[in-house]
Amino acid sequence: MPDAPALAYEQVSRRYAGVSAVDHVSLSIARGSFVALVGKSGSGKSTLLRLANRLDAPDEGRVLVDGQDIAHGDPIRLRRSIGYVFQNIGLFPHLSVAENIGIIPRLDGRPPVDVAAALERVGLSPDLASRLPAQLSGGQQQRVGIARALAGEGKLLLMDEPFAALDPVTRDTLGRTIRWLHDALGLTTILVTHDMAEALLLAERIVVMAQGRIVADATPAQMLGGQAGPDADALVAIPRAQAKRLSELAR
Amino acid sequence: MSEAFAQLPPLIASHVLLAAAALALALIVGLPLGLAASRRPRLAAIAVGSAGLVQTIPGLALLALFYPLLLALSALVGGGLPALGFLPALLALSLYALLPILRNVIAGLKGIDPAVLQAADAVGMTPGQKLRLVEAPLAAPVAMAGSRTAAVWTIGAATLATTVGYPSLGNPIFAGLQIERWDLVLAGCIAAAALALATDALLGLIERGIGARDRRRVLAGSILLLLGLALACLPLFAMPERKVTVGAKNFSEQFILARLIGGRLERAGYRVSYREGLGSAVAFRALQSGDIDVYVDYSGTLWTGAMGRTDTASRAAMLDGIGRWMAAGPHTALVGPLGFENAYALAVRPGSGIASIADLAARAPRLTLGADLEFLDRPEWRAIRDAYGLRFAATRAYSPTFMYRALQSGQADVISAFSSDGRVAADRLTILTDPKEAMPHYDALLLVSPARAHDAHFLSVLRPLTNAIRVEDMRTANYSVDRDRAKASPDQAAAWLDRRARH
Repeated sequence: MPDAPALAYEQVSRRYAGVSAVDHVSLSIARGSFVALVGKSGSGKSTLLRLANRLDAPDEGRVLVDGQDIAHGDPIRLRRSIGYVFQNIGLFPHLSVAENIGIIPRLDGRPPVDVAAALERVGLSPDLASRLPAQLSGGQQQRVGIARALAGEGKLLLMDEPFAALDPVTRDTLGRTIRWLHDALGLTTILVTHDMAEALLLAERIVVMAQGRIVADATPAQMLGGQAGPDADALVAIPRAQAKRLSELAR
Repeated sequence: MSEAFAQLPPLIASHVLLAAAALALALIVGLPLGLAASRRPRLAAIAVGSAGLVQTIPGLALLALFYPLLLALSALVGGGLPALGFLPALLALSLYALLPILRNVIAGLKGIDPAVLQAADAVGMTPGQKLRLVEAPLAAPVAMAGSRTAAVWTIGAATLATTVGYPSLGNPIFAGLQIERWDLVLAGCIAAAALALATDALLGLIERGIGARDRRRVLAGSILLLLGLALACLPLFAMPERKVTVGAKNFSEQFILARLIGGRLERAGYRVSYREGLGSAVAFRALQSGDIDVYVDYSGTLWTGAMGRTDTASRAAMLDGIGRWMAAGPHTALVGPLGFENAYALAVRPGSGIASIADLAARAPRLTLGADLEFLDRPEWRAIRDAYGLRFAATRAYSPTFMYRALQSGQADVISAFSSDGRVAADRLTILTDPKEAMPHYDALLLVSPARAHDAHFLSVLRPLTNAIRVEDMRTANYSVDRDRAKASPDQAAAWLDRRARH
């Protein structure tokens, strides 16, 4: 179904021990869009992401990828077709950079990927191919994590707080890399973050979650214009105040 | 010393074979069990708890427990299951090796970073791929460390296999301890320690190779380990086909007589192996099940032990009764008495003024009885205790060699001596008379297994030993092995005794 949304949630709920992590959420994400899922810790944004590739399963509702209910398909096939990037990176410590990047094609029995090209695409030198993850910096590791997620050649890229473990400079350059990859490869990207500034700078649509529900859904311009509701305003107020103080200091 | 080392190669071979088989069995059970347990906390608690419980049982006791267990099991499946030798040793050692393997497999799997496991799911690994590509390689260094511990334990504990009649490096250790040949003890210990150290070093090389993802080190370690295993087992392939096994209990006289019997069988063309250090009750059952072909036991031991008789009888009546009982029940055969008695007797230091057990009874409450390891549990002890009303101030158990030392040094005042023991004469001990004749006779008897009971050629080799050995000669032979200086080996004593034999 070419005109179906890349990812859609229909009245999805997920409870842990009676407490709702995700509470009757409906959300449709158009092909090619870059969506940021923003919220505080425990708002349900990571759970929502995990439901998209069946790392978790909903108690109620349906999740559709390319218009197909994923509950009826093979979870292994689904996961190999979706790129997934973690907060804590999760590279296989006993495999080289090249082996980490090539893991999905290897699992699939497909021909090996062009590791040098995959490394260059995420801004790394091909010389790193034979290194072990522990021999790389945190930023380099996360770039390898992204290269691994993209090597499956899926068009849907899910990122769960990918910058959380990184320093500010690394965050910024990696953010640009992700945005560039999104445009160059024609991806549909969902970025989970608690940092509104990051969301405003990278995404074209921002979904705010609180207590398992969607409380705001707007473009960055609408967010900054105060048209997205009180929850969104509260989150936008923080980077706005910081920017203001910084420009005052500069004067 | 070089003589002590010369007899090691076949023992090293069987020792290595046993330890390797036990470790392999423990791995076959422990790896999947550890994997399953790492996913089910309840199973982990039960499995590790049970394996831990097994560890608290002394190794010797665990081996001993398998004997009745396997006998019962054998009876259940209609016989044919060997209750002595390789099987019980294998099972006991495998159980022992299970704990470190199980514990480290579980620890290795649980120690994997959850983020890595989540990543394995997220990239679309099937459970099998996850196990093969992520869990197994990441848990391997820790699991390997457990296997290494298990290997070292198993090699050490395999020396105990001697006590259930499986030849191991425990043979020279136990035999040496009995006859105070420290060179034998040392040779056995050095060989066992060297095996353990070499195995530990090679497994360590493999372990570090796995940890550092260095295939060459893993390969080198594995090849050296396999080569060592093959080399150690080489003497097994040189083992002859037509062979007999001579059994012996755990004291000097038995070692000497076993070598004497073995020597005669060898000269008659048999290939002889020995199972030495068997417990008194185990020995007869080993004969019954055919694990050993021939050994020497004593009429009183059979009478009160295997036959369960509580009465005392004359020598002739006992021999007649034993012969008929054997043919009817256990189907073993009595070749005949060797011609001397090795009876239990109570002995005191010279000049103690005690001449009979009746004299002793009055003074016993102020005295300490030193007994060998079995005596206090034997019906003979109960018989004289009850007949004379013996009550000692204290009783202590010793291995036979140390028992005589205890009497000499005054730690014991009365000991359970043996009438054929050379040390009785050497130490000028007084053997107490038995006016009530409460002790049964202990004629040394030559016994053969059911399979040999009608083997005419085999019996023709042994029959000349009937009534061939004088008690004085047996004492001298025993003393030549037991004394502190210029000790003879059991082989040398057997050769001397053979020349002195009447037939």
